[in-house]
Amino acid sequence: MSDSPITVEEHGPELRHHFVDAEQQRDAASLGMWLFLATEIMFFGGMFCAYLIYRYWYYNEFAAGSRSIDIYLGTINTAVLICSSLTVALGVRAAQMGKRKLLVTLLLITIVFGLAFLGIKGVEWYQKFEEHHVPGNSFNASDLERPPYSHGEIDQRHEQIYFSLYFAMTGLHALHMIIGIGIFVFLTYYAWKGRYSPKYYTPVEIGGLYWHFVDIVWIYLFPLLYLIDRKPLR
Amino acid sequence: MATVAIAAERENYLNQEYGIRSWLLTTDHKRIALLYLASITFFFFVGGFFALLIRLELLTPAGHLVQADTYNKLFSMHGQVMIFFFLIPSIPAVLGNFLVPLMIGAKDLAFPRINLLSWYLYIIAGTIYVHCIVTGGVDTGWTFYTPFSTAFSNTRVIEAGISIFIAGFSSILTGLNFVVTVHRMRAPGMTWSRLPLFIWAMYATSIIQLLGTPVLAITLLLVVFERAFNLGIFDPTRGGDPLLFQHLFWFYSHPAVYIMILPAMAVESEVVACFTRKRIFGYNFVAMSSIAIAVFGFLVWAHHMFVAGISLYSALIFSILSYLVAVPSAIKVFNWTATMYKGSISFTTPMLYAFGFIGLFTMGGLTGLFLACLGIDVHVHDTYFVIAHFHYIMVGGAVMGYLGGLHFWWPKISGRMYPEGWGRLAALLVFAGFNLTFFPQFILGYMGMPRRYWQYPPEFQVLNVLSTAGSTILAVGYVLPMVYFLWSMRYGKIANDNPWGAAGLEWKTSSPPPTFNFKEAPEVTWEAYNYDEIPAPAEVPVER
Amino acid sequence: MSEHVMSSKLYYTIWITLMCLTVITAAVSFVDLGPFNTIVALVIATIKALLVVLFFMHVKYTSEKLTKIVIVSAIFWLFLLLALSMADYATRFLS
Repeated sequence: MSDSPITVEEHGPELRHHFVDAEQQRDAASLGMWLFLATEIMFFGGMFCAYLIYRYWYYNEFAAGSRSIDIYLGTINTAVLICSSLTVALGVRAAQMGKRKLLVTLLLITIVFGLAFLGIKGVEWYQKFEEHHVPGNSFNASDLERPPYSHGEIDQRHEQIYFSLYFAMTGLHALHMIIGIGIFVFLTYYAWKGRYSPKYYTPVEIGGLYWHFVDIVWIYLFPLLYLIDRKPLR
Repeated sequence: MATVAIAAERENYLNQEYGIRSWLLTTDHKRIALLYLASITFFFFVGGFFALLIRLELLTPAGHLVQADTYNKLFSMHGQVMIFFFLIPSIPAVLGNFLVPLMIGAKDLAFPRINLLSWYLYIIAGTIYVHCIVTGGVDTGWTFYTPFSTAFSNTRVIEAGISIFIAGFSSILTGLNFVVTVHRMRAPGMTWSRLPLFIWAMYATSIIQLLGTPVLAITLLLVVFERAFNLGIFDPTRGGDPLLFQHLFWFYSHPAVYIMILPAMAVESEVVACFTRKRIFGYNFVAMSSIAIAVFGFLVWAHHMFVAGISLYSALIFSILSYLVAVPSAIKVFNWTATMYKGSISFTTPMLYAFGFIGLFTMGGLTGLFLACLGIDVHVHDTYFVIAHFHYIMVGGAVMGYLGGLHFWWPKISGRMYPEGWGRLAALLVFAGFNLTFFPQFILGYMGMPRRYWQYPPEFQVLNVLSTAGSTILAVGYVLPMVYFLWSMRYGKIANDNPWGAAGLEWKTSSPPPTFNFKEAPEVTWEAYNYDEIPAPAEVPVER
Repeated sequence: MSEHVMSSKLYYTIWITLMCLTVITAAVSFVDLGPFNTIVALVIATIKALLVVLFFMHVKYTSEKLTKIVIVSAIFWLFLLLALSMADYATRFLS
């Protein structure tokens, strides 16, 4: 007798027993995801701090490094992520309205956008690899152009710090992207199975929050890494 | 055997299900708390073993017991094990996990499966760390300072870094769980101002865990990358700044000390209220000061770097902020003391620990102010003064808070009373042993003995011998509870629902509680610490 | 977290705005604005981030104040890290 749940009520199988009602469960899940995103802000934030300090110290090298990464691919990738955020938002809406097929389609398109982003990023990284801009023993950035208004030559050691941060930040972001795609694969599967309805679409909503966050990180990475100094060299 | 039969009659979270799978796959916050209890006790003894070796080595001025390199590993691993695998999880993961849902009238935490994941992450991290220990250890100091850790150390830095990285996520998830639980799962009538101060302090702790630990995580990741890929971000010969590592490291590691002490303050509030049979004086001030400590604690980190090379101007800022952060802690101490005034005090084991806590924490805290003063810090930084300071807080404060809390809630957790006589003896041994161990270290540091040194000038020997002697007494004091707690689970007196006559929802359910905590959902219509309404227990147990 | 169903038209409008801002920020970087290049880039990024947070993440339409407190707190905490660290770096080589 003593181990029976406190209140017995009619509820769907998704309602976990320690919650009083579906609304409490939904509110808890939402708050949980937002708090998790707050921790992610601090997680990326540590690297933004390192970036800030070294950009302050080694502006020339950062500018030179920034020029050497492909602004067209970077812009396209930004656009890809924005499109994916659109499909995610539309997907949540589809779930809210109970449109299963539309939801599955949108989730799949989101995954495709995510994979496209990773593919383009892979191409960019490969370019850096070919140019010997990958930090480590074969690093060689003597091919970088020095802005005419800067004093002195590009310091290779400082340049390596730029590229270390470039790979660390875009790498961590890409890892989050991969995790996001994994989450969306699960969401797509369960959506296809009909698990989500206007009454219960919490996983889609909080999965969406995560995806938008990864998009926002990129929205900041793009200007910070790619647009430091694109003024034409006279 | 009749007493065993009575206990077995009532179904509770311990006897509801048997078998190893029911423990390893549990999502019951109470069982997870016990899983943590076992694990952190193991690591406490690992860390204590390293401490023992350190103290043995320091019995003589010349190095005799171990090599210098080995000594470096001993103090490094003592610190990392004690901080990351014992202190940080201790009260939150054991007492917090057990009590938070009970105290607010919920059936479980908000995310029980994530709670279990937290424990598994901790176990994985701990296993990796044990592997690190047995394959060579780490010698960078618990602080991983660069460029030694990234470019010069020949020990298992990457492994230790990854292990602590994973342990950090265990901590983050626990904090996340608590915050959501406190916001979303309070029973009807349990308003914020009716919450036990334990919850306020655990909530503040969780905020720190959420906002600070990720920065440690990224910092350790960068150290691992730097070491693995030969990067140079923290290497001064390649344009990197070692101080950047220190800024990022201490941004977490200073608030981390508040993760360690706030839960002990949480326990303190509950124990003092119960054994003075009074509402805590200045409830609002104590609640708000918990939040203030959490916030201010993030503003002071560079006081660990005063002599490292930061600018004088920033040192001034951090010094002033470090003075300010002492204020909320002091407010708590004043309020606990004021609570005792004209209270009806009983000197039970938890209360003995509580008294010890107030005195020792105050000493530790005041010596922190010495360190916050730039002029003094120049002389005592990296000496035994600092070591004594933080051990007064971490051991004299946090560990005594943990032990006091374990004793206080032991009847609720196990359904049994521990033997009160032995409990008091152990508390006194801990107090005496602790002071003998660490008070001489204040003097040593003031006289100039550096920390992390394997050898020292002969004039420091007497104090070192006293310190080692104290540590053996302390060790006995720690082993005793382990023995009698285990003993009590079989032979201890059966506890009723509320053997202490304490206030709080956790005392309104059976000891031990049923799996879903309450037979009927509680509805709270009374204020916290309503000791005017609760009768004192007929006898406070004095069983020998 | 709201039950409010957003209009897809609004989503498309936000999307177009974000795409335009992306193109603008890339294009503006080629124009010499001196020190303002960085500021403009970050302002545009912040506008884009705000659009995503407020509309795609529904924060504008939520009745839950706690969500906004969490977001503001996290950003503020990051700002603390950056500002107090810079307090050291910016004053290190003075005098």
